[in-house]
Amino acid sequence: MSQPPILEVRDLHKYFPVRQSLLQRSPSFVKAVDGVSFTLERGEVLAIVGESGCGKTTIARTLIGLEAPTSGKMIFDSRSIGDEIPLKELRRRAQMVFQDPYESLDPRATIAETMEEPLIVHGIGRSSAERTECACAALDDAGLRPATDFLLRYPHELSGGQRQRVVIAGAMVLEPDLLIADEPVSMLDVSIRAEILNLLNELRQKRGVSIVFITHDLGTVGYFADRIAVMYLGRIVETGPTAELLKNPQHPYTKALLSVVPVPNPRLRRERVILQGETPNAASIPPGCRFHPRCPIAGESCRITDPPYVQVGPNHSTACLLVEEQASDLQA
Amino acid sequence: MSEPLLSIRRLTAEFTLQQRGAPDRVARALEDVSFDMLPGQTVGLVGESGCGKTTTLLAAMRLLPANGRITSGEVRYKGKDLLTLSEREMREYRWKEMSIVFQGAMNALNPVMKVGDQIAEAITLHHLMDRQQVEARVIELLELVGIPRSRRDQYPHQYSGGMRQRAMIAMALACKPSLLFADEPTTALDVMIQAQVLELLRHIQQTLGLAIVLVTHDLGVVAEVCDSVVVMYGGKVAECGTADQIYNHAQHPYTQRLLASFPDLERPGMQLASIPGTPPRLTELPSGCRFSPRCDVKLDLCMEVDPPAVKLEEGHVAACHLRRGKEARSA
Repeated sequence: MSQPPILEVRDLHKYFPVRQSLLQRSPSFVKAVDGVSFTLERGEVLAIVGESGCGKTTIARTLIGLEAPTSGKMIFDSRSIGDEIPLKELRRRAQMVFQDPYESLDPRATIAETMEEPLIVHGIGRSSAERTECACAALDDAGLRPATDFLLRYPHELSGGQRQRVVIAGAMVLEPDLLIADEPVSMLDVSIRAEILNLLNELRQKRGVSIVFITHDLGTVGYFADRIAVMYLGRIVETGPTAELLKNPQHPYTKALLSVVPVPNPRLRRERVILQGETPNAASIPPGCRFHPRCPIAGESCRITDPPYVQVGPNHSTACLLVEEQASDLQA
Repeated sequence: MSEPLLSIRRLTAEFTLQQRGAPDRVARALEDVSFDMLPGQTVGLVGESGCGKTTTLLAAMRLLPANGRITSGEVRYKGKDLLTLSEREMREYRWKEMSIVFQGAMNALNPVMKVGDQIAEAITLHHLMDRQQVEARVIELLELVGIPRSRRDQYPHQYSGGMRQRAMIAMALACKPSLLFADEPTTALDVMIQAQVLELLRHIQQTLGLAIVLVTHDLGVVAEVCDSVVVMYGGKVAECGTADQIYNHAQHPYTQRLLASFPDLERPGMQLASIPGTPPRLTELPSGCRFSPRCDVKLDLCMEVDPPAVKLEEGHVAACHLRRGKEARSA
């Protein structure tokens, strides 16, 4: 159990410069990711939850080398991303599943071509037959059975759920250690959604792949994430084990998010905390606690002090001035 | 019992699909769709993509595209069958009596026209009013949906997704309808914005006494706001009843599976049930019950005979051979 974590992110920042007028002196930035740290153990599933524009997708893109971080360190399997680990190796061992299965498959490539391309790029499999075999195995694992029926088909012949399975199979064909799934089910119907979530769960159990699962819906994460990190405006505001965080949320933002998850039972309609307005622009982050303008319980000090993380339980911490540290639990 | 505001009776509609070099195919988009709604009620229309939810709305407003037609049935609105009206008479009903918030409404606004002007246009097209009255009404509508009046003269690209959706709702309310059709009004919105929009719908319903038909594939959304629910599958009504009947005493196997596939925060970590297979194509519907190819409790009968809708309790109707009750057709 003393294996190092598969992924460790330390104080990651990603600022995008904003195009400015000639007269403007100081450059301005959109602070998409503003000091994020987390670790992902082997075989673990971490869910990153937050509204549009909170920086979830930027983290994913930075992890896989599509964006260079402004500052901070990302350590993948004991080696630092960016300098110590070659990009090509990183992109074999860390794979991404994008949101929209209608747009992430090449419409003019057969499923076989889509599946074999990464194998060719990384020089896996000596002959075409060997690569086809790999592709079939991955399709089969993704629940597209019999796999040979799908090889010569085009994406337009498949349903949304089947396409997302192909995308997942394409990511898994290189047998990665890390899968980054960016809203993999938000475009799908509810009944199909369950299938894809179950598939990801199965892959994790069978292959031991670690997953970073990005979503705006707390309802879906309870099913298979081990830990949840709630993001707001470029920063993690609360993180903890799934069951603990869902049962005992501490940060007012987490509480509000949880209260608006629709419950499929009219007898259980609850008091909902509906935050007014929308996530503010990441180009002008409010001073003090970044959540205070929308926070239902914000006090005077919240406008001034940026809250540090406090430990509220085993592996459960939050950044809120109004939450008391639970010192007695720290030893646990 | 008060008189229903809208009563859809055995509505059947089809689309003709043309393909070059092949004979035309007919998609049976709706078959025998029946349900009632009372004034001020919210009805949820639920089902997977392609099950005929949107078609039901469009057919009720007689807005089917050119290749679609209603072959039989009735759409009774305040006792009057809309399908017998002339196009000119029908125009008096649209927008003034019933209006619609279209799917993907966020992208349905004209990008080169100020939002306030677009709302004003909807008013002036239907009412004779002077400019001041129109302007006052625009501001009233914007405030009703929670858009500050200072943003009246902005363009849609300056609005966020949630605000555009509010603007579309304001426009639909421009002529004080009694019935609002909302087609997937919260799909593609974040959970928090979704909650805001649902809260808004509930608010306008209470203040204006509006009846709302909410189309969605999200059973959670329906449970939050609807009084009764119509579950559709393959162009037919699989089951309908009050929200409590549907969520706590679902009788149709499809409704039961759909509910089981919905993640429930109260019980995290459970395996999610899924429904194997895909919804039927409306051009090649299976014989017998349309759900039978995906049903895990089907009988031989299910693959041969289409089950009739039967009344199980007051207000609760299901179309399944496994359920016994009085035929609901007599009404």
